Amino acid sequence: MTTVWLTIALVALASATLKAAGPLLLGDHELGPRATVVVASLAPALLTALVLVDTITTGQRLVVDARLGGVVAAGIALLLRAPVLLVLAVAVATTALLRLLAA
Amino acid sequence: MHAQGRPAGRSYRDGARAGLPFAVATAVLGVSFGVLARQLGWGVVAPVVCSVVVMSGSAQFAIASILGAGGGVGTATLAAVFVNARFLPMGLAVAPSLVGGRLRRAAEGQMVVDASWALANRGDGSFERRLLIGATLPQMAAWVGGTAVGVVAGGFLADPEALGLDVVFPAFFLILLAEELKDRRAVAVAVVGGLVALALVPLAPPGIPVVAACVAALLGLWKRP
Repeated sequence: MTTVWLTIALVALASATLKAAGPLLLGDHELGPRATVVVASLAPALLTALVLVDTITTGQRLVVDARLGGVVAAGIALLLRAPVLLVLAVAVATTALLRLLAA
Repeated sequence: MHAQGRPAGRSYRDGARAGLPFAVATAVLGVSFGVLARQLGWGVVAPVVCSVVVMSGSAQFAIASILGAGGGVGTATLAAVFVNARFLPMGLAVAPSLVGGRLRRAAEGQMVVDASWALANRGDGSFERRLLIGATLPQMAAWVGGTAVGVVAGGFLADPEALGLDVVFPAFFLILLAEELKDRRAVAVAVVGGLVALALVPLAPPGIPVVAACVAALLGLWKRP
């Protein structure tokens, strides 16, 4: 239990530091024009990486399993302009169904 | 009112409204974290405290799975730092859009969570500060509340994975990504970022591939076609 509490404290401290670092370093300085265009392009890079890592990897291995089916179904729902919660429901239901069929 | 004479932009309330669907998803994730932590023997209080002070789903699932597999404090902390390292570039990105002195900005920077950061992103390198903070509030409440429900329900509930709940994370990020793919350059950045991350998965510790994907943002320096 001490391990759990110690980890929680350290990770809370580390997360807060990571989030504080940018604002602490930059203060009220504006980014230069070149840095601004790079910042503007961060979101698609970060979000794509998060989608792929959470969908087709486990630890340090590439793994194709029911998650991929769920995310593809979510993508189709998005293309059909489904609202956010419906997209998530489709993803969860598809993944659960695929796991049920595989079990 | 607003720094640098930018348009006043949207209110905290607009942010809360925009964040609401993501808060529902976050609550579901919070429940699965609570169930997992309870089943790992964290008791009732520690998982909830963890959600209050860490406030990061990806880092919390990482430490739960590492401690659950017998890993130590150092390994679990390091993994969480890697997983959350993306908040460093994200914090640098939002910093100029926050207000006040360095300390106040550092405090406001704590309100950065993935969905709010993406929602508040104007796409020109600046961020809607009130939208960011407003969108985070319901997600915080949902994360902590969901964890509490999961901890209590943990004794009765089945495996969250059997219910497909682990796919909420990538689906959540896919929804945010779809908003970002507005032009060909964004698509190019996404493709390169994704390839960089996948290439590094077998080589680097978890979390690092996502941070490395940021190099794709350098494509932003290319002139618009």
